[in-house]
Amino acid sequence: MLMSRILEDKGGRWMLAILSVAVVWVPIANLLIASDSLLHVPTYTVSLLGKYLCFALLALALDLVWGYCGILCLGHGAFFALGGYAMGMYLMRQIGDRGVYGHPELPDFMVFLNWESLPWYWYGFDMFWFAMIMVVFVPGLLAFVFGWLAFRSRVSGVYLSIMTQALTYALMLAFFRNEMGFGGNNGLTDFKEIIGFNLQSDVTRVVLFSISAIMLGLGYIVCRYIVTSKLGRVVTAVRDAQSRTRFIGYRVEHYQIWIFTVSAMLAGIAGALYVPQVGIINPGEFQPLNSIELVVWVAIGGRGTLYGAALGAGLVNYAKTTMTAAFPEVWLFALGALFVLVTLALPKGIVGLWQRFKPAPKSHE
Amino acid sequence: MERDRVFEFLIEKPTRDSLVDISHGNILYLEDITVSFDGFKALNALTLYVEVGELRCIIGPNGAGKTTMMDVITGKTRPDYGTAFYGQRIDLLRLSEPEIASLGIGRKFQKPTVFNNHTVFENLELAMAADKRVRATLTSKMSGEQRDTLDETLEMIGLVDKVHSLAGTLSHGQKQWLEIGMLIMQNPLVLLVDEPVAGMTKQEMDTTAELLTSLAGERSVIVVEHDMEFVRSIARRVTVLHEGSVLAEGTMDAVQNDPKVIEVYLGS
Repeated sequence: MLMSRILEDKGGRWMLAILSVAVVWVPIANLLIASDSLLHVPTYTVSLLGKYLCFALLALALDLVWGYCGILCLGHGAFFALGGYAMGMYLMRQIGDRGVYGHPELPDFMVFLNWESLPWYWYGFDMFWFAMIMVVFVPGLLAFVFGWLAFRSRVSGVYLSIMTQALTYALMLAFFRNEMGFGGNNGLTDFKEIIGFNLQSDVTRVVLFSISAIMLGLGYIVCRYIVTSKLGRVVTAVRDAQSRTRFIGYRVEHYQIWIFTVSAMLAGIAGALYVPQVGIINPGEFQPLNSIELVVWVAIGGRGTLYGAALGAGLVNYAKTTMTAAFPEVWLFALGALFVLVTLALPKGIVGLWQRFKPAPKSHE
Repeated sequence: MERDRVFEFLIEKPTRDSLVDISHGNILYLEDITVSFDGFKALNALTLYVEVGELRCIIGPNGAGKTTMMDVITGKTRPDYGTAFYGQRIDLLRLSEPEIASLGIGRKFQKPTVFNNHTVFENLELAMAADKRVRATLTSKMSGEQRDTLDETLEMIGLVDKVHSLAGTLSHGQKQWLEIGMLIMQNPLVLLVDEPVAGMTKQEMDTTAELLTSLAGERSVIVVEHDMEFVRSIARRVTVLHEGSVLAEGTMDAVQNDPKVIEVYLGS
């Protein structure tokens, strides 16, 4: 019953199938197949794919609030970055005395700034479990407080979008400051290991990739559980006719806050998986541009479908990787053109294009 | 803490029906309600009582305050003066919109607003009286009893064969019925229905009249309508509003022969 509800969506089944294959095949192709074979997947590619998977999870999170609840958040990158910083802080503490300055406790940038001791908010980040809780707790708390203020005052539409944009911009400026204690514009980097495993080794990289794939699959299942529950139907009702939903007795703002917070937590997890794979987190991740690009991924993939958002994130980032390598100056124009094209010609994204060629799905209970 | 509330946790949570005290035969008491928008009095010392189980029609020219009156009852607009009680004890002016809805006052808007991207079934399911808090809806499953209520309602509004169609694909009349169905699913004690037959064909009007009459009795139904013929076909008691207060009240015949009413409708 529950399983059939979650797996009912054909596109989603494909996504889960591809992820399962990737979890098995990529480690084999990287670790067991000889590097001169055609089937070998180099570690660089493994990390690149892992990065795409993190972006896909982030896109999934945005699709949950935008596609299903109609909240166009232009600052979702902030939650991603906060999750990333929580992971980064753990990785910094793991360096221990192996930093350039060899201080047993303080990260290099603090020694450089002549700080005497660790700021209080760095406490606890030497413990993995604590850092993992913070990965979801910090973005979740920010989303909850922000949502509580915004949705209770019935801020919606373009005003909310602008406020979320301002939120991520303000965080970017704050994190750029050295006094904040997050490494200023250099951010956190030079990571050595994660729970004792060397971050440069192939095995760790492959494991991180597999965890990303599994988390994306789990994230999809959680989102799918939410949107196919009665709560999901309430949330789409809020999107389509907010005041009507209020009149039949639902506290609309509670639903909005809830879905916004859950989505921010997912974004935090995506950020935490991203940081060890790229090896750095800096305030650039808070850039408003990142959050806008994220919206473009979801729009291109097809919003309100979940798997479409993941697909969009993968395709656009693949295009970005190849194009920025070949013609770096053209990429932003291409992205802009793609967005305009999709908005005009494919309002339901790539997924909508695909659905147009097959008969309309039958309705269900 | 009040002395008589010390053991409150031992007392069963009051149900809706025990909260709404209708021992005096009336379910709504509006007294001296005045609402003004920028100096214009949309309601002017309006006093209106509605009996339990009554089907009441409210007519009046444009701007008479019919919609504002509904806004006051459902908590959308707060009056400047006056009192509004639901049963003997519940002060409507102190409750929020969702609280009023959950206590059993349902409203149908002038323009049919159903959830177009949900099926007829889902529309009724969403409206159904149930725990409407976030955590409860995440794991909620429909009980057999609820399913029966839903089927009965479908039958009543005549949309059995449309149960799995998207509400957006329904005709105008069918949307109106679906909306009335959604009201019924909330199991209300009072139904406020704003212009239910606007834009309906003669045949659809007859079906609607039948539907509304069958709803009264168990519930109180208040219908605001412009179409006189329709009002005549369902009304037992009619209230005429004019410039924010009650001009006349009585049977349709009595009201239509009232010289004040004739003046307002024909004289101006």
